[in-house]
Amino acid sequence: MLSYIFRRLAQSVLVMAAVSLISFSLFNFVGDPVNNMVGQEATREDRVRIRQDLGLDDPIFTQYVRFMGNALNGDFGLSYRIKRPVSTLIKERLPATLELVFVSAVIALVVGIAAGVYTGIRRNGWLSKTILSTSLVGVSLPTFIIGIALIYLFAVTLRWLPSSGRAGVVELGWWKTSFLTVDGWRSIILPAITLSLFQLTMILRLVRAEMLEVMQADYIKFARARGLSERAINFVHALKNTLVPVITIIGLNIGGLIAFSVITETVFQWPGTGLMFIQAVDFADVPIMAAYLCFVALIFVIVNLIVDLLYVFIDPRIRLGGQ
Amino acid sequence: MILRKLIPVCAVALAASSTQVLAENTLRWTSQGDALTLDPHSQNEGPTIATNGMMYESLVTRDADLVLQPELAVSWEPMDGNIWRFKLREGVKYHGGEDFTAEDVAFSFERAKHESSDYKEQVKSVVEVKIIDDHTIDLVTDEVNPILPNQLTSLYMMDKGWAEANNVVNPQDFAGKEETFAVRNSNGTGPFKLVSRAPDELTVMEKNSEWWGDGQFPGNVDRIEYRPIGNAATRVAALLSNEVDFVLDPPLQDLKRIDAADGLKTDTVAQIRTIFFGMDQGVEELRTSDVKGKNPFADVKVREAMNLAIDRKAIQRVVMEGLSFPAGMITSPGVLGNNETQDAEIPLDVEKAKSLMAEAGYPDGFSVQLDCPNNRYNNDEKICQAAVAMLAKIGVKVSLEAIPKAQHFPKIQKRISDFYMLGWGVPTLDSHYVFSYLLDAEGSWNATGYSNDTVNSITKGIASETDLDKRADMINDAWTEVRKDMPYIPIHHQVIAWGMSDKVDAPMSADDALRPRFVTIK
Amino acid sequence: MCLSILAFDWEGSSISTNPAGSVVKPRGFFSRLIDNDIAWSFFHSPAAMIAAFITLVCVMATMLAPWIAPFNPFDPSQISLWDGKLPPVWVEGGQPQYLLGTDNQGRDMLSTILYGGRLSILVGLAAVCLGMVLGVLLGVISGYFGGAVDAVIMRIADIQLTIPGILLAILINGIGRTLLPLELREDFAIYVVIFAIGLTDWPQFARVTRGATLVESQKEYVQAARVIGLPRWLIIMRHILPNVMRPVLVIATIGLALAIISEATLSFLGQGIPPTTPSLGTLIRVGNEYLFSGLWWITLFPAAALVILVFAVNLLGDWMRDALNPKLR
Repeated sequence: MLSYIFRRLAQSVLVMAAVSLISFSLFNFVGDPVNNMVGQEATREDRVRIRQDLGLDDPIFTQYVRFMGNALNGDFGLSYRIKRPVSTLIKERLPATLELVFVSAVIALVVGIAAGVYTGIRRNGWLSKTILSTSLVGVSLPTFIIGIALIYLFAVTLRWLPSSGRAGVVELGWWKTSFLTVDGWRSIILPAITLSLFQLTMILRLVRAEMLEVMQADYIKFARARGLSERAINFVHALKNTLVPVITIIGLNIGGLIAFSVITETVFQWPGTGLMFIQAVDFADVPIMAAYLCFVALIFVIVNLIVDLLYVFIDPRIRLGGQ
Repeated sequence: MILRKLIPVCAVALAASSTQVLAENTLRWTSQGDALTLDPHSQNEGPTIATNGMMYESLVTRDADLVLQPELAVSWEPMDGNIWRFKLREGVKYHGGEDFTAEDVAFSFERAKHESSDYKEQVKSVVEVKIIDDHTIDLVTDEVNPILPNQLTSLYMMDKGWAEANNVVNPQDFAGKEETFAVRNSNGTGPFKLVSRAPDELTVMEKNSEWWGDGQFPGNVDRIEYRPIGNAATRVAALLSNEVDFVLDPPLQDLKRIDAADGLKTDTVAQIRTIFFGMDQGVEELRTSDVKGKNPFADVKVREAMNLAIDRKAIQRVVMEGLSFPAGMITSPGVLGNNETQDAEIPLDVEKAKSLMAEAGYPDGFSVQLDCPNNRYNNDEKICQAAVAMLAKIGVKVSLEAIPKAQHFPKIQKRISDFYMLGWGVPTLDSHYVFSYLLDAEGSWNATGYSNDTVNSITKGIASETDLDKRADMINDAWTEVRKDMPYIPIHHQVIAWGMSDKVDAPMSADDALRPRFVTIK
Repeated sequence: MCLSILAFDWEGSSISTNPAGSVVKPRGFFSRLIDNDIAWSFFHSPAAMIAAFITLVCVMATMLAPWIAPFNPFDPSQISLWDGKLPPVWVEGGQPQYLLGTDNQGRDMLSTILYGGRLSILVGLAAVCLGMVLGVLLGVISGYFGGAVDAVIMRIADIQLTIPGILLAILINGIGRTLLPLELREDFAIYVVIFAIGLTDWPQFARVTRGATLVESQKEYVQAARVIGLPRWLIIMRHILPNVMRPVLVIATIGLALAIISEATLSFLGQGIPPTTPSLGTLIRVGNEYLFSGLWWITLFPAAALVILVFAVNLLGDWMRDALNPKLR
């Protein structure tokens, strides 16, 4: 077991190395950073000088080694666009994204599990069918349309909630939180709902499927035969057994939420890392793009690692490490 | 499910709690992109200049009508021997309490001329700053420079002592590893002081009650809150839902909706910026065309046909919602050199265009790719798309590549685009700016390969010609040449549109800058 | 994400039993795939039938677009800008030849949606096929051979999964465009998008297939086949692939819906299909800019078309998921 964990860790390191290579390759493929750093009146000599300053004319390998060395120290250089250290920017933007992801995950889990259990138990009820069909609409609409529609409805037409931005933040050390003010909660509601819809649907469906399956299992039949109440069967025995895969999924979902936050944050002007990434793409601000990619990959790798380790416990039939 | 029921209830409660009464006149405004830095000499870019201009001041400024006005200089005059003499305003203090003196002017010029400054082009003609006394300076130029004051309107003055104390004597270097103090801190002499700055998120300024101009300007803004919103629909939503009072760049198609909304209004003004297409007539063979061995754009008949095929009125009416002025030249009214004859709209004439194409040897047209930005100018991508359909009618099969500006402009600078859209504003309000960048054979943004000896020599001549009448004639001669050669396809001069609350009164100006010292809030 | 969740479901549980797969008498590929139970389930599920009907109508209408659409919106010489922004025919100012009105360029909305839908479906199908073929192939190889091969393939899948699909698509798209010669970029934009979406899909298929293959290859019948000395490729083809095909088909169906949305999202971010030959996604992106302007038809119709299409496909996938899971019958 220990050797498996070690091997898995080594593989993760390898994965990160590969991702860093991809991130680094961005420097050579996306746009021309020099053009974005200087005004339209800069001379050609200026451009040449800046290329040299940035080391863009060095051999690719030299550039990669330099990039890796710095990245390991958490140094991704200065943003081309706003000339501040990328690591500082990510640190500043991270709380916004994490809080948004957290609220979305809570919404997705609470609503998703509740609706999933319900539709799993009342398999053929009309409400179940309605919930299932409506939830499909949730995955059939692109995120940006949902966001714009919510803004249109709740901010422009009804004027209940702000249309965009992150108002009412309170600073707790370097962490800016939305959770301590009414305005903070008001601003987080719409983006969090938008971001959660997709995952909510997925969790709902997963829980439902698991419930359906578990309800067919022998031990539930036995429980019924023993005369246990339906409620006890549903919530104590059935739900408990569906939760293992659901909990495993949550980890993966957090990664997914962070990825999808790119679009949600763009629509709601939510000042998190996703918005920063999209602005960086438009501006060809490669240090930010590269750092963001590594950062998201790191989260995924850690989550994957945990999930893979959980596999061993969940299904011993899958013998690891081959024959 | 419970949550869905709860939301409306909470929302109503919350809505009531947050409408606080603002005791002071706060201007909450938004636009697409934030200033890149607060360092006044680090980035020569529109939003950065505008934001810094609220806190910093220059010697000479422009009012909303773009007329030169004294700011930190009270008067200026040319002297003998390539010298401009500036009298400085007395009794001016920086936000930090430091006195503004001639030392600071000399320092600011030095800073702007530093290698890492983005303003060195503008001040490169200034070879020396002579301090005559505490409030008089002489700017010595390399040769006679009649338009020097025009070049100084965005050159902001920084306090020498503050810069030294905070280790920001030079503008931030591109290769630097650390953020410098001046990136997020500001110490100007202007009407507003920085309160807080979270880049791309929120910037707050408040009125500088010590400002020299206090009481001399109509504005009554006490506090400015700026929040950039990148997505156009979201930006408009923020205005419609009353979260901001002012939008600098609402999409043209939404103006009617803003106007129709209660308590909101729009305002428009012609901008000093012309949108046009460039055709690479200099290369042997186009990179993206099915015509091999020769370059169709090298033939002036083809260039004329392309010009005649564009229905500028339709673009104005349908794409631009009426908010543009069809153009006949690539620089706008308001710039010295623009006049009605030169700028007369090139009429739509598909039949003539077709026969010109046939005369040039392309009766069935040819194919070419059009490179177009999709996040730079008003409806840029849609204009390009419309042009594709119009050119198809004379047989030119255009494929369209619309991409973000960060990837579009390098193509022009690297001279690898056959056919491209570009817009050009003229901060100096003088044609020299257009000739030297776009029409001179050596112009750094002239990707058309266009070279006309008359134009080239006039470009050099007007840089130092001091006889203004003669200079104006030279400029007109050059434009006549250009109109004959048609290296570009002018489309239109842009119109600026602002959307704002009825309570806000802001004078519009052709440079698209918000000037809070003139803004009043009811 | 959607796919990986499904993958989980299948890997973890439902694959494990398939009585039909048992020993020596292998039935035909398709008869296994669509046996009578499934047909029965289909004809007794109104939702499935409606979904199939809508999908069929969408596919037929869009594929026949060149013949049934009143205009060809992809031919720029047919477009007149002066006809731009006309409302649908039943609204004041509408013109009879433009049933659903025109867009901001003067293109007939109906024709544009039909042609755009065709493009969206083709892009989605092609991307899913690419991801499926690649993923199933690598997944089976990985699961059956195990060892170093498995480790290498799964690590590659990991690397891929560590970069969220949409980011990866932006990346591949960006690089693809840069590498293509200038004159081919517009023509190849669509292939680059297919490639970008398809490539982000394969690990999901690979994981499911690998998981199923792992479980299957432990079964007695496969062990038996191995013992009697059948060649490996034959065992894979005859015994493992058919059993893996069911979850793969479900994933492919839902993947199709997701691929269509991915294309729309790419286009929304300005990285997708060019506006001169718009897909539904591009149409929505353009329409989005007219949301507040009162020109509701420019946004609403393409968005409705996309939602109906994706919804129908999702519904179909949903039904398949239940119907193909033997435990739930």
